[in-house]
Amino acid sequence: MNTIDARGLSCPEPVMLLKQAMSSGASSYEMKVDCKTAKENVTRYATSQGYKTDVKESDGEFTLTFTK
Amino acid sequence: MKTQNEKLLIVVAGCIIGIIGSLLVYFGNPANMGFCIACFIRDTAGALGVHRAAPVQYIRPEIIGLVLGSFLMALFSKEFSTKGGSSPATRFVLGFFVMIGCLMFLGCPFRMILRLAGGDLNALIGMAGFVCGILVGIFFLNKGYSLKRTYRQPVSDGLVLPIIQVILFALLCAAPAFIFFSEEGAGPGAKHAAIGLSLVAGLIVGALAQRTRLCMVGGFRDLVLFKEPKLILGFLAIFVSALVMNLILNSATDGVYFTLGMAGQPVAHTDGLWNFLGLFLAGFGCVLLGGCPLRQLILSGEGNSDSVLTVLGLFVGAAFAHNFGLAASAEGPTPNGKIAVIIGIVVVAFIGCINTFMKKEK
Repeated sequence: MNTIDARGLSCPEPVMLLKQAMSSGASSYEMKVDCKTAKENVTRYATSQGYKTDVKESDGEFTLTFTK
Repeated sequence: MKTQNEKLLIVVAGCIIGIIGSLLVYFGNPANMGFCIACFIRDTAGALGVHRAAPVQYIRPEIIGLVLGSFLMALFSKEFSTKGGSSPATRFVLGFFVMIGCLMFLGCPFRMILRLAGGDLNALIGMAGFVCGILVGIFFLNKGYSLKRTYRQPVSDGLVLPIIQVILFALLCAAPAFIFFSEEGAGPGAKHAAIGLSLVAGLIVGALAQRTRLCMVGGFRDLVLFKEPKLILGFLAIFVSALVMNLILNSATDGVYFTLGMAGQPVAHTDGLWNFLGLFLAGFGCVLLGGCPLRQLILSGEGNSDSVLTVLGLFVGAAFAHNFGLAASAEGPTPNGKIAVIIGIVVVAFIGCINTFMKKEK
């Protein structure tokens, strides 16, 4: 699975990294972010690209899994 | 939150913010200036004496409210988290020049919307520059621009700006002799709504902006980059609600809240080229920062110490703008201001280049 570490990055870098990764067309991706804004933004983008999102939170950080 | 709910929330919040923006003018703020992050930070800088431009000196409670509203909402939603370390010095410089651009146009992107809602067509030219600046910023983002990541910092670091706001509020209320306030009739600094009203307005808008992630730069940026309309909906909602409110106030009161045209607009000049270039610089700089001046205040309230540095950059930029004759006025831009905007565009482009094309891989 492709893992993208976007922790600590400013807007809109997490979504840009996800957009770039998703251009490869893989069926699943894992992403790490550390704020709710980034979590919301990447989830919204993944949904718009037809992916389902699973979120796990641990110690203020989010691990998101996007699957098609 | 579901995407549709997010959009509905930001539209409702935008409508409330637009109405508050108009009402603040009704209750005493300068025309088309219910909110202006650049002008209000500049006024606060003047009140603290770091510049001595007598017409623009007042500790604006709206700024205090925005930071504290965001801070309280972030605490409530468990989003307060102290982070920093993402090129803070670079962010300070970007903040400095964003302010130089805003004071050339005479308003931040937030006031650009409110000026449009007041019928000021100079703001349309400003908005064209703003969008062009955003597009240039997007060019760098697409090429891999980054100021690198933040890391967790001690909680005390995130409390600095909220505590400063409390101190500023105490100074505003106590009005000691060393704080400067524009005298009646001296200029925009003398026009303000009552302290309590302005503070509550700031608190409400700060909380709403924190909750909705409202960002004037983000609206155009996300629409272009991801075809994502959420943030631009907030922008449009502010415009429409402020416009409707201004038209209502125009017909229901003796005041003038909407005048369509370019000449004679309040706290504005008609030099199209420099209105364009001022907001070009602001738009470009804000994309490289990751958010508009309003968003920087909101992030500061959430504990982002890099945004605190950006706000300090805005503050120092405002002081320089008035100490060195860089800020425009209703008469138009100054020669020094034109040079400063050009230097600003060069510096911001340089920052864009070195953080895009000269990055070392980790």
